[in-house]
Amino acid sequence: MSGRKIRQRPPLVIVVLGSIGVLLFLIPLIGLISRTRWSGLGSLLGSDFVFDALRLSLVTSLAATFLSAVFGIPVAWLLARVEFRGRAIVRGIVLLPLVLPPVVGGAALLFALGRSGIIGASLDETFGLVLPFSIWGVVIASTFVAMPFVVITVEGALANLDPRFEGAAATLGGSRSTVLRRVTLPMIRPALGAGLLLTWARAFGEFGATITFAGSLAGRTQTMPLAIFVALESDRDAAVAMSLLMVAISLGVLVVLRDRWWRTN
Amino acid sequence: MACAVSEASSLLAAGVGDRENHLVFHENHANPRRLIALTFAVVITACGSVGGGGSEEVVVSAAASLAGAFGEIESAFEELYPELDIVLNVGGSATLREQILGGAPSDVFASANMANMDLVIGGGFVTGQARPFASNSLVIAVPNGNPGQITGLGDFENEDLLIGLCSPEVPCGELATLLFAVSALTPLPDTVEPNVRSLLVKIEAAELDGGLVYVTDVSTSTAVEHVEMDMESPCTTYEIAALNSGRNEAAGALFVEFVLSEAGQGILAAYGFGSP
Repeated sequence: MSGRKIRQRPPLVIVVLGSIGVLLFLIPLIGLISRTRWSGLGSLLGSDFVFDALRLSLVTSLAATFLSAVFGIPVAWLLARVEFRGRAIVRGIVLLPLVLPPVVGGAALLFALGRSGIIGASLDETFGLVLPFSIWGVVIASTFVAMPFVVITVEGALANLDPRFEGAAATLGGSRSTVLRRVTLPMIRPALGAGLLLTWARAFGEFGATITFAGSLAGRTQTMPLAIFVALESDRDAAVAMSLLMVAISLGVLVVLRDRWWRTN
Repeated sequence: MACAVSEASSLLAAGVGDRENHLVFHENHANPRRLIALTFAVVITACGSVGGGGSEEVVVSAAASLAGAFGEIESAFEELYPELDIVLNVGGSATLREQILGGAPSDVFASANMANMDLVIGGGFVTGQARPFASNSLVIAVPNGNPGQITGLGDFENEDLLIGLCSPEVPCGELATLLFAVSALTPLPDTVEPNVRSLLVKIEAAELDGGLVYVTDVSTSTAVEHVEMDMESPCTTYEIAALNSGRNEAAGALFVEFVLSEAGQGILAAYGFGSP
């Protein structure tokens, strides 16, 4: 197949609707930029309040992405490869956080893992482990809402894999782990990369489940979205500055990594 | 039918959904009768929800701690004025202030302190006057049974207890800051909540060992107890005003008058609010 694309003028409807779609995203961004006080930006962003929030956001979102991969990939494998009874229901439950309002997710986590929760109570008694109002609470809340992105992309990729490649590798003498490492994972790498990127982005922006389950305390649980929420009522300029920072980081990551991970060829 | 088959195969390619089940899903999908019935239902519901019998809507933005009392005041007011329909918009006073300053159409603002009301007045949203209508003070709230065994304000310095406070931006948190300053204590909270209701919910659920909430919250909740403080809590004055940025300023003014009337003040007192 040659690399030449046939240039074709897109239909007008597509251009119009597509442009409106892009504007929908562009206009709020322009609004944010127009409201920024550029002169005080440096001192605002250098404050402890912002630094703590940024550090927490980065640490917890990366931890959540890691946990989502560790648990999400096996879940995706089970859903794609193993026939078991109730598979559709399990898939539905695992993907539920995609549809559930994040605050509801946070409340559910509280009922389960809170100090008076069904599991949290035993955690507290046996190990003295209290998850809410701690950084672990933030990580758990973020993982809960972000893991479905890994599951849905990896499951799709695994389901689409031509099983003959893995079959050939096995015939050539590869053990199960070798086949997994050298054939399966590399073949789903683009989908896995896209899934992890989405997972990180979701965890980075998480608000509702975090504030409900982990609470909000500067330096311990107050991630950037929570800090912005608080600052909106007390220091608008700081809120705008932090929003701009989040947009810059997110754009940077999504744009830079997109080409490396998203493309399937 | 051709449409269903091609949709099905593109779903297959995308790898979404259970292979065995999606074709079944698509068979039931494109049923024109169902579509018409659904559209009908949506249209009827939409028509029904827009002004039942021509009642006017009056939007009242009230501080979180007023939720219970204003709910009762709303019913009493609507009995008195059947053609008016009160819509309660409850939230932290600072959140409501920002909404109003941002142009949200509201006919009444009931703030838990004067500072937030002053900002709204400063923005030119009040043509008349803001009037004080209630007061409130802080109290230590603990879950039923006092699992953390909190005996006084000094326990708020205990690192091992899970303590919650309101965010300093809202009146509840402002009072707490004042209280700790006056008693020369440094609290070690584990969470700082955006409004007093969300703090109360966490104490009621026993996820927190204690927190500082309003007297009115403790008197109406069955899931919390209060612990005596060995000093008097500072109090905050609630103010109410009709706004000119809403759709119905005149009705808003009527609501303000009702809150200030004997009936309204009686309801507030029953919920534990102090006199203004």
